[in-house]
Amino acid sequence: MCTACGCGTSTIEGHKHESADHVPAHGHHHQINDDGHGQEHQHDHDHDHHLFGDHDHHHTENGSVHYGRGIAGVHVPGMSQERIIQVERDILSKNDAYAVENRRHFERNGILALNFVSSPGSGKTSLLVRTIYDLKDRLAISVIEGDQQTSNDAARIRETGARAIQINTGKGCHLDAHMVGHAAEDLAPESGSALFIENVGNLVCPAAFDLGEAHKVVVLSVTEGEDKPLKYPDMFAAADLMILNKADLLPHLDFNVGLCIANALRVNPRLQTLTVSARTGEGMEAFYAWLEASAASRAARSKEA
Amino acid sequence: MHEMSLMESVIDIVCETARQHGATRVKSVRLDVGVLSHADPDALLFCYQAVRHGTIAQAATLEINRIPGEGWCLDCAKTVALAERFGGCPDCGRHRVQMTAGDELKIRDMEVI
Repeated sequence: MCTACGCGTSTIEGHKHESADHVPAHGHHHQINDDGHGQEHQHDHDHDHHLFGDHDHHHTENGSVHYGRGIAGVHVPGMSQERIIQVERDILSKNDAYAVENRRHFERNGILALNFVSSPGSGKTSLLVRTIYDLKDRLAISVIEGDQQTSNDAARIRETGARAIQINTGKGCHLDAHMVGHAAEDLAPESGSALFIENVGNLVCPAAFDLGEAHKVVVLSVTEGEDKPLKYPDMFAAADLMILNKADLLPHLDFNVGLCIANALRVNPRLQTLTVSARTGEGMEAFYAWLEASAASRAARSKEA
Repeated sequence: MHEMSLMESVIDIVCETARQHGATRVKSVRLDVGVLSHADPDALLFCYQAVRHGTIAQAATLEINRIPGEGWCLDCAKTVALAERFGGCPDCGRHRVQMTAGDELKIRDMEVI
């Protein structure tokens, strides 16, 4: 293994490495970028650098030389421009395309899709279980459960009589729109119903991945600390509703509800907030009202369209 | 570690684009990653080396351009530097700053053979 970068003999599942005995002197060069970030390395292979001709600048009629007039329209030192492809695409564009498809499907069928995100242990599943029980006669709900492993959560949901599908992400730290698209297809939620997507417990990664949901709902428990919205701002900025759970424990804690909400509003002034206890049921009616209003407006919009 | 998914997506897009342009190998890839974005450049580089194997980009170098954070301060009515995603204005200290740059997560261009 190359001691400078660690490349060489490591095995990556499904791939064989070609040279087992490689030493750093064999001509790959390491480079630390100017910003000090990251190490980049490059193996020197014999590439034909002039496949598309030997010019990398253009001679114009008046004899001047212009480096920015080739097919790429730019000049980058060290790159011959015939071979530069302008990509200009968002890294998340693939996921976002799936998300757009999901969103269109949900909207067309009047399905209210909610993406529940939180750190592990905030009580997401308990909140969903209670909601499904309490709204049994008022709103049809189906659930997509995301966890790295086990189908415990889907089993808990199914005990309520609601339909649930489990996605195991394995090593993955979040659900993506492609997984959700397939799960929603299998689950086939009825029109006018609500689809709860319980994301992997993680306050970081799921913020970046649009699943095609109508709203992200971030669940925070009062045992976690008022500054969570400041520590993990991306998630709170991406959410439309924050549910502060485990309110029944407040008398035993020093948790300052007002400060927590103020912190959340600092990263997202449009955020709506509710304080509930999924265990005692306190405050849950407010969530149900929000839920039913959102579902009704979603269903009405699909009828108009 | 959503950086792994991000880099899988980079490799997908890069290989697909290279093939559309009739290229046989990718020599280098340049990304724009804003300092206020949710991705860590070191983790991106690390994951990149794992996911490029077995593709036509397996020898491609990766350059990550960092885009500095900027925002529009509503109170000062001007563009200010932004050090953190939901940080305050460095001049007036208030938080009515709308991020205008630094959130980028983009494949800028690539060099192919």
